[in-house]
Amino acid sequence: MVSTSVPETRGESQNQSRRRSATEIERGNADVSDHEMSGIRVGVLALQGDFAAHALALEAAGVGEVVEVRRPRQLDGLAGLVMPGGESTTLLRLLALERMDDAIREFHARGGHLFGTCAGLILLAKEVEAPSQASLGLLDVTVQRNGFGRQRESFVDQSKLEWPGRPAESTEVVFIRAPRILRVGPGVDVLVRWKDEPVLVQQGRILGATFHPELSSGVPIHRLWAGGLAAVSL
Amino acid sequence: MEIGSLRLKTGLAEMLKGGVIMDVVNAEQAKIAEEAGAVAVMALERVPADIRRDGGVARMSNPKMIQEIMKSVSIPVMAKCRIGHFAEAQILQELGVDYIDESEVLTPADEVNHVDKHAFTVPFVCGCRNIGEALRRIGEGAAMIRTKGEAGTGDIVEAVTHMRALQSGIKQLTVLEDAELMTRAKELGAPYELVRWVAKEGRLPVPNFSAGGIATPADASLMMQLGAESVFVGSGIFKSDDPEVRAKAIVMATTHYMDPKALVEASAMCGDAMRGIESQKLPESELLSTRGW
Repeated sequence: MVSTSVPETRGESQNQSRRRSATEIERGNADVSDHEMSGIRVGVLALQGDFAAHALALEAAGVGEVVEVRRPRQLDGLAGLVMPGGESTTLLRLLALERMDDAIREFHARGGHLFGTCAGLILLAKEVEAPSQASLGLLDVTVQRNGFGRQRESFVDQSKLEWPGRPAESTEVVFIRAPRILRVGPGVDVLVRWKDEPVLVQQGRILGATFHPELSSGVPIHRLWAGGLAAVSL
Repeated sequence: MEIGSLRLKTGLAEMLKGGVIMDVVNAEQAKIAEEAGAVAVMALERVPADIRRDGGVARMSNPKMIQEIMKSVSIPVMAKCRIGHFAEAQILQELGVDYIDESEVLTPADEVNHVDKHAFTVPFVCGCRNIGEALRRIGEGAAMIRTKGEAGTGDIVEAVTHMRALQSGIKQLTVLEDAELMTRAKELGAPYELVRWVAKEGRLPVPNFSAGGIATPADASLMMQLGAESVFVGSGIFKSDDPEVRAKAIVMATTHYMDPKALVEASAMCGDAMRGIESQKLPESELLSTRGW
């Protein structure tokens, strides 16, 4: 069974480097300790959608406390808010009903971080097409709803994650009735492209994905995002 | 590239959580439902209350009518096929509907077998009355389960009975020893591997919604508090006096199902609910929930 032509020393060093990079991925930002992660409080907008999947992903990423947010006052004391996948038309209505739209704008203005996936990204976008609809307008992108088509056109593929300050790494992208980003404003960085089109973008304290990182195992993007919140105090 | 996998199928069900799926019979109703905040619509020719009243064979809806509804809204569109009628399911998949409901509300096409749902790219939702039925459907490839209730009655009692039976079936599995699971699987008529999975995790492997009899905001809250992750409202909305307002109120009650203040507000918005039929007084032959096994 132990028939390998690779010298043992070389094998060991390969293993070590593999182990090291795995640990870094697990920790997200290499400079964020488990202790710091456990002190982070993050909210998940729980009006509708896959908020439970996001809460699990954040817990797996080592976030200390994950809070379900349905009312404006529940944003108090959070470092960041995840806006989940779901139906953007439903979420828009529920946001307006509870005045959550204004509350989220204020939360962002006072230093809060936002991370929207799929419908969450649609809510954050400056412009929405197909059909055109209202949005929070905080992220300078134009988004086309259901850009790939209907459920039978949903798919999983591999792309490359280029997180600032880290070596590029392969990442899984899960698209479910996903929107497409048609235009990216000048202040927006593209962190993942799928076949040349932007699918994960960042502008200041806002991160937006057309895909569902919360449905991939290992949740690397949640770890990286949450790692960036360790220094945030509101 | 991965397409049509169970993860993508249950993934869409995850996106529908905490929401209301509304039965609609035309594009106009579909727009009202979307406007009110429905997460998806179920396109069908007759709502269950009318199927009950009219009698006859209830089949898959006309594709033209389903297409009109698909064109009129941007939210997911579901449609029903008869139990075991895989040809209807093939047609619905080709049409591009986002979810197929293999439904006891339509007249069953096969007295013995359900559709092999693994053979489809499009996800399926199926009804159940208890844990055994739920796991059989999941074994066949269902990516979402809904408790059946008694559709078209506006009476919540069967929905409650089925949800309680399902939840208690799940809980009972979690306290069994590993050695007892095979016999339990045999008694339930459920796949052993799924019985083991539920015993370990304490939940179903796919999202679990509630259907059949929800007519008021309070009904929606009740089902959510009993463990439903979303609700289907069939006849309850468009058979009431005030569909637009009732649809909005039920959406609000589903989101804030634990918040009594919001429930008062939602309930006070509504006029008269559908009149309804007491499901306990229905003769055995008129029950829909006993279709399928």
